[in-house]
Formats: sequence, C-alpha cells, structure tokens
Amino acid sequence: MTPTPIRFYQVGSFAVGNRLLEEELRTVQSDPRRANSLDRGHRACQGCGEALGARYALDAAVRATGGDLVAINATGCLEVFSTPFPESSWRVPWLHSLFGNTPAVASGVAAALRVKGRSNVRVVAQAGDGGTVDIGFGALSGMFERNDDVLFICYDNEAYMNTGVQRSGATPPAARTATTEAVGPEPGNPFGQGKDLPRIALAHGIGYVATATVADLHDLEAKVIKAMARHGARYLHVLVPCPLGWGSQSRDTIRLARLAAESGLFPVFEAEDGIVTSVRKIRHKVPVEDYLVLQRRFAHLFKPERRDEVIAHLQALADENITRYGLVAPEEVEV
Amino acid sequence: MLRQLEGSRAVAEAVALCRPEVVCAYPISPQTHIIEAVGALVRTGKLQPCEFLNVESEFAALSVAIGASAAGARAYTATASQGLLFMMEAVYNAAGLGLPIVMTLANRAVGAPINIWNDHSDAMAVRDSGWIQLFAEDNQEAVDLHIQAFRLAEELSLPVMVCMDGFVLTHALERVDLPGQADVDAFLPPYVPRQVLDPADPVSIGAMVGPEAFTEVRYLAHLRQLDALVAIPRLAEEFATRFGRSSGGLVSTYRTEDADTIVVALGSVLGTIKDAVDALRDAGERIGVLGITAFRPFPTDAVRAALARAVRIVAVERAFSIGFGGVLSTDVALSCQGLPASVHTVVAGLGGRPVTRRALEAVLHDAAAGKLGRTTFLDLDTIVVERERARMAADRRSGPMAENILRDLATSAASPHAEEGR
Ligand SMILES: Cc1ncc(C[n+]2csc(CCOP(=O)(O)OP(=O)(O)O)c2C)c(N)n1
Ligand code: SF4
Ligand SMILES: [Mg+2]
Repeated sequence: MTPTPIRFYQVGSFAVGNRLLEEELRTVQSDPRRANSLDRGHRACQGCGEALGARYALDAAVRATGGDLVAINATGCLEVFSTPFPESSWRVPWLHSLFGNTPAVASGVAAALRVKGRSNVRVVAQAGDGGTVDIGFGALSGMFERNDDVLFICYDNEAYMNTGVQRSGATPPAARTATTEAVGPEPGNPFGQGKDLPRIALAHGIGYVATATVADLHDLEAKVIKAMARHGARYLHVLVPCPLGWGSQSRDTIRLARLAAESGLFPVFEAEDGIVTSVRKIRHKVPVEDYLVLQRRFAHLFKPERRDEVIAHLQALADENITRYGLVAPEEVEV
Repeated sequence: MLRQLEGSRAVAEAVALCRPEVVCAYPISPQTHIIEAVGALVRTGKLQPCEFLNVESEFAALSVAIGASAAGARAYTATASQGLLFMMEAVYNAAGLGLPIVMTLANRAVGAPINIWNDHSDAMAVRDSGWIQLFAEDNQEAVDLHIQAFRLAEELSLPVMVCMDGFVLTHALERVDLPGQADVDAFLPPYVPRQVLDPADPVSIGAMVGPEAFTEVRYLAHLRQLDALVAIPRLAEEFATRFGRSSGGLVSTYRTEDADTIVVALGSVLGTIKDAVDALRDAGERIGVLGITAFRPFPTDAVRAALARAVRIVAVERAFSIGFGGVLSTDVALSCQGLPASVHTVVAGLGGRPVTRRALEAVLHDAAAGKLGRTTFLDLDTIVVERERARMAADRRSGPMAENILRDLATSAASPHAEEGR
C-alpha cells in the first residue's frame, strides 16, 4: 500500500499537529528531551520571531550533534535579550564578541576545535540581518570563501531592531524604518537597493544554502539538521517577523512569516553544492497586500490614500521570486 | 643557537617555539615577513599542530584569534599601524574578554598621510585598551619577549602586545640566540584557559553588563594589569635563570647612578640614545638612560625610583598626542610627582625620520645646559612649516598640506630633509 502524503488543509495555518504524526516525524521541539538551548526567562518582546527561530534552530542543532555544539552570537536583539548578566538564557556554550566579527570568531572557534582534535564539537554562528548582510558581510564572505566549518544562521527581521528599527541592507522597499521614515514624496525605504544574501552565499560556492521562516518550523528544523550533517561553510537565512519593528500584532508573527512565503516575497528554498534542490511551493498564493496590510511599517501604502503603484511594484518583486524559484507549481496556480 | 637572522624571521621562529595552535594573518608592512615565515613553518610541518588562517582583514585576524582563544587554543597574530586601527574594536574586546592572545606589533606610523615607516603612533593609539604592551630594544629582546609574552598572557589571562620597531628591527639582520625547543617547553607549559567554550560545561561568555557591575569589571581588569607589574620581573628573572641572559623586565637603566639628566625612551631608539649618552659622558656630563620595556602596565614605582635623583628628565618619544604633546612624558611626569626634576618632551623619529646621534647629542646637551623647552620636535624643518603656514594664510584654497610640502622639498635644496622627503 502506498501511503498518501499528509496534507492538512483544514487549518488555515497548514500546521501539522505533532500528535497526528509518527514519532520520528515530530518536531525536535515536541520532544520532552529537547535541549531548551534558549531557555525561558529571556526578555524578548511578546511574539518575537527571532527568539522563536533561534530556539528551534539551536535545539535542532543540538539534537543533530548529540549536544556537541558551541554557539557564537553577534550583537543584536538576540544577544541583548538573552544575556543581561548574571541571567543567561543559554544552555549551550555561548560566546558573544562583537557586532561585525561573528563569522570570524566562529572560524577561530572551529580552527581551535580542529587543532585540538575535537572536530566532533560543531559551531553555529548567529546574527541578525544587520550583523549578517551589512557590518558582518566582509567577515562572512571570508568565512564562506575559506569554507570554514561553521553553520551561519541569519535571523532576518529586516532592520536594525536592537537600536530602534533602523534600515539595514535587508529592509524591503517601501518599508518604514526610523531612518527611512514614511514622509516625503517617496515614503519608506527606496526601491532598487538591498542585498539578497542567500544568492550571494550561493555565489561563494559553499555546500549548503537555505532559507526558512518561523511559519514552517518543521522545515526550519529539518534544514538545520541537514546542514549539521555536512561540513564546511553553510548558510541558513531565516525570516523572523518582529512585532515591534514591523508594527504588527504579537499574535500575527507566524501568520506574517507564512504570508511572506505564500505571497512570494520571501522565497523558501534549499541549495546543495550550488544547485537549488528544493523549493517550498506556495500552497495558496496570496496577493502581497494581504501581507502588507497587517504591518504598520507599510501603513503609508494604504493611508491617507492607497498607493497602488507602490503595491504593484512590490507585487512585481514577489512575482519575480515566484518565477525565479518556481514557487508555484503550474497546476496549483491560484489567483 | 646563535644565528644571523632578520628580525622578522627570528621572531617567527621564536613564536613557533611557543607552539601557537591558531595563527591568523593579514599582511601589512612592516609585519609581512613575520607572518610569511610563520606560515612557512606551519606548511613545512615544523610548527605542528597549528591552524594557519589567511583572513580577509585585520578585524577578522584578531576576531579569529578571539574565537580560537575562547575555545582553548593558544592564538597568535601580528599587525602594524592601519591594521591595528582596523582591528581596534577587537583589540578592546580581546582584553575585555581576558583572552591571552599574543600579537606582534611591528610599529609603524598611522596616516594620513600614509606612511609605512617606523614610529610609535600605532601602539599609543591602543595603550588604554587593556593589553599589556612590551617594547623590544633589539631583536634578541624581541625574541625573548615573545617567549615571555605567551607565559605572561596565559598566567594572567590577558592579551600581550610585543612592540618591535618596524624596519629598524623587523628588517634588520642581527645576531640572535634562538633558544632550544626543550627549554622553551619547560618555560612555557601548555595553555590552560581560565574560561573555555565546552559543551560539557556550558558557559555564556561576553554577556551584557550594565552600570551595576561595569565599574567593578573594569577595576578588576586594572588590578590584573597591576599584577603584571609583579609577574613581568619574576618571569624575566626565571627567563634569565633558564636561558642565561637577562631580557624583559619592567625597565632598564644605563649609566644612571649619578646622573643629573636622565633620558627616557621606548624601543630601538634606546641604542642610539646610549651612544649619544656615552659621548656626553666622555664630555663630562652626568647623564644616563631609562628604557621602558613594559609600557602597559606602566611601571610607576620603578620609573620613580630610577628618576628619584634626576635634575631633569628628557622623554624621547616616537609619537605624540596632537593638541597636547608627549604621551610617555605624561606618564613619566605623573610617576615623578613631587620630585624636583623638570620633565621635557622630545618628539623624534616620526614616520621613519632617522633619529641621529648628532641630533640627540645636541638636544641633550641643551637639556644639560638648562636650555631645553617643555616640548621639542627634533629636526623639525621650520622653513617648510613656515612656508606652508604662509600659503594657508594667503589662500583659502591652499591645497593639500602634505602634497604642498613634498613639492616644496622637491624644489628646495635649502631643506635639510629634501633627500628623505622624496
Ligand atoms: C560596531 C557597532 N556598530 C553599531 C552597534 C550598534 N548596534 C548594536 S545592535 C545593532 C542592531 C542589530 O541589528 P541586527 O543585526 O539586524 O539584529 P536585530 O537586533 O535586528 O536582531 C546595532 C546597530 C554596535 N554594537 N557595534
Ligand atoms: S524588537 Fe523585534 S527582534 Fe527585538 S526582541 Fe522585540 S520582537 Fe524580537
Ligand atoms: Mg535585524
């Protein structure tokens, strides 16, 4: 008997309850023996996507390595909300050095472990989008190019949140930030700027590059586990909505991450050895407007009057992603 | 073993004798020969086990060392000038985290104007960062200080910067005695970190600290530096016992017993100063030299003791604080508070200008005659300076200063520095 693939359309979230799955298909997080790498008590905002993503990613990495894991952290929200000393939320060995040097610090840790004959202990480095695509970019490129044995995870909340929501090279066009205010003739972040780091990572020829969101935590965990099974430089880019910076409801964090993927604005894919090997298909394509309208950082697109041309421009960017990655299977196209 | 070696090569071999486990390198003159030689020693298997990383910047070089040290490996890097400033944030970070990294600083001027030659502006820019700073007088001392530096760093869990004058030492061929591996191994036990990233005992390193504890953390860093004032002479003594020569320590004195005038300086210029002092002694002047080997922590008591009977103190400095004056002189003056001696600053040898014995003799002769002002710029070409000031006063768009001066020097035979300027 061939098993029917599981598809749960009855819940709007497409979430699969762990209880409905075989034990080996359940999330790491549902396992009572999970590591709780980023433990409770930290001071992230309610509904912080970064806290959620980091917890899932690191617990998955701990499982994948049998606990032989070291985490390196850039300056940013994740670092600040987790370690106002003497309180630390980290149950894994954890090192924070600076904002822009995290990939290099991780390279140093990996080199030390290698020279000490402890290569079984693996290194995960983590940073926000600012720490990754902007200030840490040079060091990241160096770590990639040397193919150092590090999994680098970027938690992308699309701005410098820890310093009060300033624009980064990962801020989407039209978004309001504290340095791209929604004022003047072209409010928000300009079009035609910014970096696509997953593609830049791919251009380095590293073995594993993937994107994920906190809307599909199964997928996030699976990608971390897959990444940890490999050696050399690896890159995982995780979209993590930020209620404070995006001006969204805490309860909408997962929903926004899902809408970012389902609209095509944030393509979810995986590339091994330079080739895109899997793409998370869009289940129900939604217009970008459904995603934008839930966030105050895009409020100026709807009030005081609608800016249809800007919304259309963003829609075009989403459609470009859909074409580039084949995000919609031909037979499933919905409008 | 006695060998005729380039300073850089000698230091590279001394570093290799210390068995660093992670070395990271980014090239900048005049440091290049050091890291090239260490790299070759790793490749040929003479230095093993060791990971040698070619990184993309000095900021990464020191950051790699930070990661390596925090994970329990003995880490080494080297830089100079712009490179040191490029890694500035990591310089403070390594000290704040208490990581015993050893770094060679091949002292070089800091631009603009860009200048690859020797002075001490780079070292002075990081003197408050929490690193121990040791200055080598010659290549033998550079070798010996590196061996002591690893031991000192690891004992105190503090990073140590060994400063050696760019080109003057790094590129000079000198006779050097390189110790044997067995002796170095006996002097320098394997690194046992005070804190380490280990899954068996997970700790959080580098956490945020607010006003409730920051002062205490900083004060403890200060105390640890002060501990080095005890450790440095002890290690120098132990070094002397094992290797049969005295090197390092906090300060060194030369003909100071009955001296009225004492010259204070750091690094290789001490050699020329001693020659000048010999000549002045021959002429009947009571003059001596105090060399500072440990600049940070500053050996206040040792300096005060050495200068207690001086009538005047002349600090010869290869850097200065723009808008104020001497850097070393300030430390010396504070160390000698309440003593009768007057303190004079002589700024000399900036950006590689040779500090000649003749010029030194003249300035020290003035000092002994009570004719030296508070701050003197040795061999300053006042004609060139006045010409540029006149240009600036006459024309708002007088153009780039450095380029104007070079043009002046090229066309003027009157200037004593026309040769070097070109
Ligand atoms: C060299 C340096 N520049 C600036 C800062 C200030 N700073 C600290 S965290 C931060 C923002 C971090 O943004 P991101 O990396 O996106 O992480 P997030 O807080 O958004 O998770 C900034 C600008 C710093 N700590 N160091
Ligand atoms: S500001 Fe955003 S990223 Fe930072 S803790 Fe709050 S929700 Fe998380
Ligand atoms: Mg961010």
